[in-house]
Amino acid sequence: MAPKKLGLKQRYAHMTRGLDWETTYQPMDAVFPYDTFEGIKIKDWSAWEDPFRLTMDSYWKFQAEKERKLYAVLDAFAQNNGQTGVSDGRYINVVKLFLTGVSPLEYQAHRGFAFTGRHLRGAGPRIACQMQSLDELRHLQTQIHTISHYNKFFDGIGEFPHMHDRVWYLSVPKSFFDDARAAGPFEFMIAIGFAFEYLLTNLLFVPFMSGAAYNGDMSTVTFGFSAQSDESRHMTLGIEVIKFLLEQHPDNLPIVQKWVDKWFWRGFRVLGLVAMMMDYMLPKKVMSWKEAWEIYFTEAGGSLFQDLERYGLKVPKYADVATEAAEHISHQNWAVFYQYSHAAAFHTWMPDKEHLDWLSEKYPNTFDKYYRPRWEMWAEMEKEGKRFYNPSLPQLCQVCQIPMAYTEPGDPTKIAFRCTEVAGETYHFCSDGCKDIFDAEPEKYIQSWLPVHQIFQGNCGGATVPDVLNWYRMNVGADNMDYVGSPDDRLWSEWHAAKTREAV
Amino acid sequence: MSVQIKTIDLEPKRQTFGHIARRLGGDKPATRYQEATLDVQATANFHYKPLWEPEYWLYDTRKTAVVMEDWYKPLDPRQFYYGTYNIARANMQQAVDRNFAFVEERDLLGKAGEAVKARLISGLLPIRHLHWGSNMNMAEICQRGYGTAVTAPCIFSAADQLGMAQIVSRIGLVLDGQSGSSLDAAKEAWLTAPAWQGARRLIEDSFVERDWFRLFVAQTLGVNAVLLDLVYRHGEAAWGTAGLTVAMLTEFMADWRAEEGKWSDVVVKTVAAESPENLALVSQWAKEWIDRAEEAGRPLSVDLVGDESAATAAADAARTRARGLGLTL
Repeated sequence: MAPKKLGLKQRYAHMTRGLDWETTYQPMDAVFPYDTFEGIKIKDWSAWEDPFRLTMDSYWKFQAEKERKLYAVLDAFAQNNGQTGVSDGRYINVVKLFLTGVSPLEYQAHRGFAFTGRHLRGAGPRIACQMQSLDELRHLQTQIHTISHYNKFFDGIGEFPHMHDRVWYLSVPKSFFDDARAAGPFEFMIAIGFAFEYLLTNLLFVPFMSGAAYNGDMSTVTFGFSAQSDESRHMTLGIEVIKFLLEQHPDNLPIVQKWVDKWFWRGFRVLGLVAMMMDYMLPKKVMSWKEAWEIYFTEAGGSLFQDLERYGLKVPKYADVATEAAEHISHQNWAVFYQYSHAAAFHTWMPDKEHLDWLSEKYPNTFDKYYRPRWEMWAEMEKEGKRFYNPSLPQLCQVCQIPMAYTEPGDPTKIAFRCTEVAGETYHFCSDGCKDIFDAEPEKYIQSWLPVHQIFQGNCGGATVPDVLNWYRMNVGADNMDYVGSPDDRLWSEWHAAKTREAV
Repeated sequence: MSVQIKTIDLEPKRQTFGHIARRLGGDKPATRYQEATLDVQATANFHYKPLWEPEYWLYDTRKTAVVMEDWYKPLDPRQFYYGTYNIARANMQQAVDRNFAFVEERDLLGKAGEAVKARLISGLLPIRHLHWGSNMNMAEICQRGYGTAVTAPCIFSAADQLGMAQIVSRIGLVLDGQSGSSLDAAKEAWLTAPAWQGARRLIEDSFVERDWFRLFVAQTLGVNAVLLDLVYRHGEAAWGTAGLTVAMLTEFMADWRAEEGKWSDVVVKTVAAESPENLALVSQWAKEWIDRAEEAGRPLSVDLVGDESAATAAADAARTRARGLGLTL
């Protein structure tokens, strides 16, 4: 009798976890030294359900095919000067924010998933993590190659790794990822695998790609489409991780809940940059941040947490605060960047009438009452030659590192301040969410490299703003300040004047 | 005469990113490998010490005893970034699929006879576990190492090792009629057969190595150059009449060794050449791990070819290779 043939699932198991063995020449706890200290209890790693069954041969085949297509488009885009066909020169600032703020996070994810891809004791999740590590390297590298062409013509992108390590607002995404990577392997998986890649991905990655689609950025949107199947694999891994941890032991629930609360809030704060991008920086708008929040968090996140309820997991703490803040954060962030655009590597502008009307329509509860008058005043000041720059340095939240410009829940006229004292030092926070995170691990967050504190301590090139900008490698007058009158603006106008001449 | 499509030339403001231009010594067009690799790892102003290793920053040059003035000196001669890497492997995999189809259509392994099949199960298939252990090591070097020039090829190498473990597994499934029984038997051999215990002890010992560059030397000059070459190159006689068939089914491994070896040699050579201190350390590590791998390979060599000659030949070749990289053994 012929031996019984394996089913696909068993065949895959032989190809993956079947490779693994219990070490005996070295104790397993020495081989996997990091997967116990967080208190997560795993009774049976073999209960892990492989979220996608991809052997290396199929991985190489699929990914190589996608890469061939993507690079063909990137080459065509460059050859045909696709950058001249985007909706408006202002759009490039979205690309700048993406390469300086988001792409380095892809790199961090690459190294972080290499860590969990080595150090989780179960072979199934290790392989899934290693593939994600490869994918994340892909995303970094293809993003660099996509944006490389823009860098040839536009300012503010040329020093992206240097800036990511130094510039004040870039410490917001950087500290977010440093935080996740400095955590243990299970917390990293919840922070990045679940919260970032599953719960919030439609509010981070997707808006940039939709923005590219709406604004004629063929190369970035092609990258987005090409990365889509990677992202769905990452989402499947994220949801599998959280279910696995919750199924393994009831003692895991409070730990996981604490992480979900923390990383929801951490993620929400980083997303403020996306909110501002969607509402202010896209010449052709996809949808408002508030609409995106309703669709992707309130509705999609709501049904996700309904599904997870059977494990006892609750909707993240302060989700209601975040939902209320969806009426405000994009405006409050744009106000910060407008005031400090002399120290930012992208341009800002005051919205024109049509744009203001759009904001009024999208934010009927808040925009006309709290923000439109300020924008109109600032526009007026610009006209009078008194463009408002804030000459002081802002106080930063110790946890999210965003300038303390957010308002109290329920009172948009009052800045929110919280503080905690540790060993005679006072630490400041923008919100209850950030304060809770600090209070749970003060020994971690007292270490934060806060850009403003560092400037005052003399660690950022000198005592004056020009010294600091020089240390940032910011090309003053090109990378920073207003869009109107910038070299980007002049170049864009030249191209378009040429197009009009040719058309006549 | 040639066809000339007229295009609009727009004068670029700059050719490449600032950090690339500084490395190229001026604003010149850069390759995709350079833009995807150079200086993309963070180097300064980290926020928190890792809870799991508070003595170091996430990226920390002190995680190895060798010292480089610039970890972007050991570049990849293959110039692999994700796209070129995957395309190269997808092409190699096409040959694997053709070879498997050829062997399976003609039932070449079935015709090899029970004795040869048993030999392959105990002598070849257990190496998939050594590939898997190597996968763990390369993932470890990727996460602990410093500088993308070295760490990015390490995750490629980790994927290669997994891919090779899976090719060996496919050979097993051809042998056992897709039942998996040969893989179970091979795992038992890996865990208990005296022939494999040296190799298993060596790779398990490497799992607890904390110095990432020492691990790099152990893996590339010890595990790859001695143990993998012992089985795939110096142990060929063991497969008897199936020798050619095995050579076809493991063609990937031979191509991979030649190609990856070019890269790992450059890395070892460049790091050793940096200073007399590095040279002494790298030489000492190479000697230690080649010696240990030879020792570990002896019972395997006896099992495969009847004496220790395959282990000796592989270790001698590794030593010659190491000397060729400037190491003093």
